[in-house]
Amino acid sequence: MTKNINLTINGQHLTVPEDTTIVDAARQIGIEIPTLCHLKDTNEIGVCRVCVVEVKGARNLIPSCITKVTEGMEVMTNSPKAREAREMVMNLILATHPKDCLTCDRNGDCELRTLADKMGIKKVDFGAPVKDLPLDDSNPSIIRDQSKCILCRRCVSVCNEVQKVSAISMINRGIGTTVGTAFDRGLADSPCVFCGQCVNVCPTGALTERYNLREVWDALNDPEKHVVIQTAPAIRVSLGEELGEEPGTIVTKKMVSALRKVGFDKVFDTDFTADLTIMEEGHEFLQRLTENGKLPLLTSCSPGWVNYIETFYPEFLDNVSSCKSPQQMFGAVIKTYYAEKFNIDPATIYTVSAMPCTAKKYEANRPEMNSSGYQDVDAVLTTRELGLLIKEAGIDWKNLEDSQFDEPFGEGTGAGVIFGSSGGVMEAALRTLSEVVTGKELDNLDFKAVRGLEGIKEAELTLGEHKLKVAVANGLGNAQKIMEGLKTKELDYHFVEIMACPGGCIGGGGQPRLSSPETRQKRMEAIYKADLGLPRRKSHENPAVQELYKEFLKKPLGEKSHHLLHTSYTPQDI
Amino acid sequence: MERCNCRESQLSGILARYDGQDGALLNVLQDAQDLFGYLPEEVLEYISKHLGRPYSEVYGMVSYYAHFNTQPRGRNLVRVCTGTVCHIMGAPQVLARITEELDISIGETTRDGTFTLGSVPCFGACSHAPVIMVNDDIYGRVTPSKVAGILAKYRSQEAGISISSLD
Repeated sequence: MTKNINLTINGQHLTVPEDTTIVDAARQIGIEIPTLCHLKDTNEIGVCRVCVVEVKGARNLIPSCITKVTEGMEVMTNSPKAREAREMVMNLILATHPKDCLTCDRNGDCELRTLADKMGIKKVDFGAPVKDLPLDDSNPSIIRDQSKCILCRRCVSVCNEVQKVSAISMINRGIGTTVGTAFDRGLADSPCVFCGQCVNVCPTGALTERYNLREVWDALNDPEKHVVIQTAPAIRVSLGEELGEEPGTIVTKKMVSALRKVGFDKVFDTDFTADLTIMEEGHEFLQRLTENGKLPLLTSCSPGWVNYIETFYPEFLDNVSSCKSPQQMFGAVIKTYYAEKFNIDPATIYTVSAMPCTAKKYEANRPEMNSSGYQDVDAVLTTRELGLLIKEAGIDWKNLEDSQFDEPFGEGTGAGVIFGSSGGVMEAALRTLSEVVTGKELDNLDFKAVRGLEGIKEAELTLGEHKLKVAVANGLGNAQKIMEGLKTKELDYHFVEIMACPGGCIGGGGQPRLSSPETRQKRMEAIYKADLGLPRRKSHENPAVQELYKEFLKKPLGEKSHHLLHTSYTPQDI
Repeated sequence: MERCNCRESQLSGILARYDGQDGALLNVLQDAQDLFGYLPEEVLEYISKHLGRPYSEVYGMVSYYAHFNTQPRGRNLVRVCTGTVCHIMGAPQVLARITEELDISIGETTRDGTFTLGSVPCFGACSHAPVIMVNDDIYGRVTPSKVAGILAKYRSQEAGISISSLD
């Protein structure tokens, strides 16, 4: 039984359940106490002190984000003492923070700047020198500018507690404290998997993706270049947030119009190669199942996960599907089949992909991703960058008309769409596998056991004569649990889907910032709504995929597929 | 740990001492530094791996404490207190004299590896200011003129000559 607690905030009486924090209680009566380091369920440590309030009878000011209400508590959020203290704390944080806001990557969506505005900070006292620390641009995915770090520790918590990668920690002491890797090296020389969850929660410009917008604009403005873009399943339910829409708004058709106006020669849908992935990976699974191959088969769509297993569980690399991710398959197909079919010199094709992901940038830059004879994918933009691209192009988002993706890769099935949410790859595979194995049409396409934001989901089902046990994990902390279970043989599955980010791609590191569980829930619901809205919901029924096999690849796992659509993995030594 | 297998067996001995204990990291680091004189990268990597603590966290702890160092040190560590009281009582002059005598600055090691010079914000022995420490020996009320004598003691210990009769 939850007890109720009576208290007053700024003289107003209220009753809230025990275990409510002062911040949450205040919000219930319409009082917003500023917070900065606080990140619900992830970083609840009260270190920044921006949220202090006065509590009658308490010796010190109280950090309201981590302090629970008590019976008879009298809270004053706006007493002179509380206000002055908060202002002082903010002043101390701002004292050493760079003031180049106009040209900062976070100009417009900086939490620190917004907070300074909300708190009415008009002047920064203390003549302290601004932090001037070296930039870490050691990798293709994430840029770290520690000069802009305010030591809130959100990134450290996400990396250590949620993702269990622990690439970064607090290092040094006192005024010299920073967030860093072992021996303060670049992320490239750390176990970092470039999932970008740290970037997603950073309140300032200290952590950003490596921007590739400039290269994309250059390609768009080059008359010699044939520029095509593919858009990932998960961004159609999140891009809207960058352009003023509510989380969970499906913006697929507006997005296509916008990208055409930006100047892309072709606008394609990654759903197409998601369907292609199912054809290849589904058959790979059947082969392993019937020919005593290595099981469980682990999915390979999530590049953060691939980096993780290469670094932490290299002994399981033979279990990882040899299928390239849909992004990479797309690049390879564009520069071969598409180039041939439409008589375009592949050397002049520039492939852009819009992804909910920072690790995709790393993946596109892997040296082995060039089986077409060219780099499969030339530039990767995150959902945030895509929003910026549309804004930079001066497109009137609000009044955009709807339009359709270009042929021949504009058609994806519902199975492709659900790749965007945790469990989607598994469900898409099961839809196809069931029909391929039994030769009978499924009555019910919904495999609800593998859906949802829960960290680990399991299901048992029958596939022809085989009884299968499958699992789905999202977030690398949950992946770790699965891998430890497989290591000790306490867990045993036939097929496991793993996505590096919480909730899958809808919670990706390249998605609109601060993907809260509520936001992820809305994006997920939109994904399944989009699935239901499509005429075809099974990958093997995608006519463009069928045509690709007929005209070019011949059959799943065939020689051409093997060369273009499959890859191999390398243990990472850290 | 390719360079020296003997380090590995010594480290496993230290780790065995704290087997299964929570919060063993700090103790292990201290013992390892006592053993090797400093904490090189391969030692930290080994500790991280075998204690199951992230490498970044191990480094974070090492970088937090002034007591730990990741660079080789001289055989004798001279530390000068630079706290307020020692400062007033003449620490800067003492430090200047040591610097001159050893021809190194704070953080450096003499070429022959005999001495490393360091500073400490406060030893907590202000009544004896100015204070210096050489290894585990504490010297209070040090004056510039005493510096040469103190250092000579450690030089001759190295040379195997006992000068205790001179005290």
